[in-house]
Amino acid sequence: MLYRENGQFKTTYQADQQIFPILQDRWFIAALLALAFIAVPLTAPEYLFRAILIPFLILSLAAIGLNILVGYCGQISLGTGAFMAVGAYASYNLMVRIDGMPLIPALLLGGLCATVVGVLFGIPSLRIKGLYLAVATLAAQFFTDWAFLRIKWFTNDSSSGSVSVAGLKVLGYSIESPVQKYLFCLCFVVVFALLAKNLVRSAIGREWMAMRDMDVAAAVIGIRPINAKLTAFAVSSFIVGVAGALWGFVHLGSWEPAAFSIDRSFQLLFMVIIGGLGSIAGSFFGAAFIVILPLLLSQIPHWFGIPMSTATASHLELMIFGGLIVFFLIVEPHGLARLWAIAREKLRLWPFPH
Amino acid sequence: MAFFLETLIGGLMAGMLYSLIALGFVLIYKASGVFNFAQGAMVLFAALAMARFAEWIPQLTGITNRFAANTLAFIGAAAVMVVVAWLIEKFVLGKLVNQEGITLLMATLGIAYFLEGAGQMIFGNDIYKIDVGLPKDPTMLLESVFQGGVLVSQEDMSAALIAAVLVGLLALFFQKTATGRALRAVADDHQAAQSIGIPLSRIWVIVWSVAGVVALVAGIIWGSKLGVQFSLTLVALKALPVVILGGLTSIPGAIIGGLIIGVGEKLSEIYLGPMLGGGIEIWFAYVLALFFLLVRPQGLFGEKIIDRV
Repeated sequence: MLYRENGQFKTTYQADQQIFPILQDRWFIAALLALAFIAVPLTAPEYLFRAILIPFLILSLAAIGLNILVGYCGQISLGTGAFMAVGAYASYNLMVRIDGMPLIPALLLGGLCATVVGVLFGIPSLRIKGLYLAVATLAAQFFTDWAFLRIKWFTNDSSSGSVSVAGLKVLGYSIESPVQKYLFCLCFVVVFALLAKNLVRSAIGREWMAMRDMDVAAAVIGIRPINAKLTAFAVSSFIVGVAGALWGFVHLGSWEPAAFSIDRSFQLLFMVIIGGLGSIAGSFFGAAFIVILPLLLSQIPHWFGIPMSTATASHLELMIFGGLIVFFLIVEPHGLARLWAIAREKLRLWPFPH
Repeated sequence: MAFFLETLIGGLMAGMLYSLIALGFVLIYKASGVFNFAQGAMVLFAALAMARFAEWIPQLTGITNRFAANTLAFIGAAAVMVVVAWLIEKFVLGKLVNQEGITLLMATLGIAYFLEGAGQMIFGNDIYKIDVGLPKDPTMLLESVFQGGVLVSQEDMSAALIAAVLVGLLALFFQKTATGRALRAVADDHQAAQSIGIPLSRIWVIVWSVAGVVALVAGIIWGSKLGVQFSLTLVALKALPVVILGGLTSIPGAIIGGLIIGVGEKLSEIYLGPMLGGGIEIWFAYVLALFFLLVRPQGLFGEKIIDRV
């Protein structure tokens, strides 16, 4: 009843091509943004920002980046953590080595450094495909793990590669409290999500999708694999690099290479798969799922008052986490985004049967 | 020269151990097209089962003979791995038939988490010892040829020997038995195999069981070297470059790839490491595999990938 597009006629091409062609969607997004920008900062407790909202936002950003590579261009990458690390450490170096470096340009330039590394490790994708490529991208992961641990220049000669930043400032406003950090991340995520959404429905996005669906056929109809694949690697690792920089600067404050280990890469891949390959909204769903699930799992024994040693609890958590992932893959291999799409289809008819 | 030989032999034997783990990947990929990230977790799970059974059996039954206890523990652990294989087929793979490769890969990661949690919950999460009587002392070879001879670890040598025997047995199993023929048929073409009456689900259980037993052997050997603990799962990450270097579908590839990676790692650590600051083993293996793949994208012995529109 409420959610149907009857009577919404499009009279211009512009109206036909807008991101959310249905009026109710536009209202929904507007309400969501209002909620995120106004209601949440006013009401949410501090713990919620630190433990859930800020990690959720930053990891959704990284998941959007990874989704462009895996979901839209079809190149499986297990080295996402590496590109996050490059973004974080590059931004750190820019902040430390250049006096008076403003924060936002430092984060974006960090992303650019990640782009360079991403394209470099993306070059083998022109020749290596599928699972072979997936394993080959682990080279990036282990190489950066090693580089930030062993090459002292990157970490400003700190031992064990741990670095820290403090006193973040944007245009004179300091970003200290969780609410400020949250809003800062939220701005980044909104801007990048909009950019990504527009990018994937443009010519280049269609090139990526053609490359994903069948690369030989795409090459035959005149899409250059080198352009399509390397731009996907570049855009993806830029977004992932910025997310990495935010993760280090805003969420962690001080970090070491282990923060961007292979587990992080797997975690992001889980988000993309569970959220839905080839869907920007899916990246958010996946990030929410993966961020919230472990917290919930660790809380459940407390709620029921079951006495349990921490070791047993953590093992049980691993088991349930693994089991739920398998369960979700079985019931909805196309991810939460598909569930969302199905729900919307149903809502168009509701409450009538046909 | 003696030092070089020592490194070379050390590398070859380390490589043999990598191949042992790589074998598990290849077996499963060949038969079911699943890239099994849970192999490392299976190694840990099997090794934990073995270590604990070897501890429990003498306590429960009063068998004091170590060999008998170990044999019983091995049989018990192998049975556990068969059950695990059956459960995986029944509850995971059977439900994910015809899904894309990446979905299956993620499902095996889920299995890996599950096995890591379950293994440590059932069998405990301390560091356990496996003692199957592998000789510990190093020995000298070729003392007459070189001054001082070549120092070789007997433990590594017997491990390499076990690995070689296992590979030989697997090759016989695949080439000479009816089940082996069925496995190869499934690997070649699922649909064709099914249409001539080979039961797919049973083949998958068999192949996951075989991979489980291979994981058990790998777990015993690595476990007696490093102790049975969580870090055993990381050994699988060292076997990944071996798999892609040798080719995902080739058993000889896993062996040769293992040897190349083992030797490459040790030589690079000795001769390149000091220049770069050490600790380069872990990524050098991947970069080495990457360069081989640039020349042969399907790995050294993998089936040629043919793209058709």
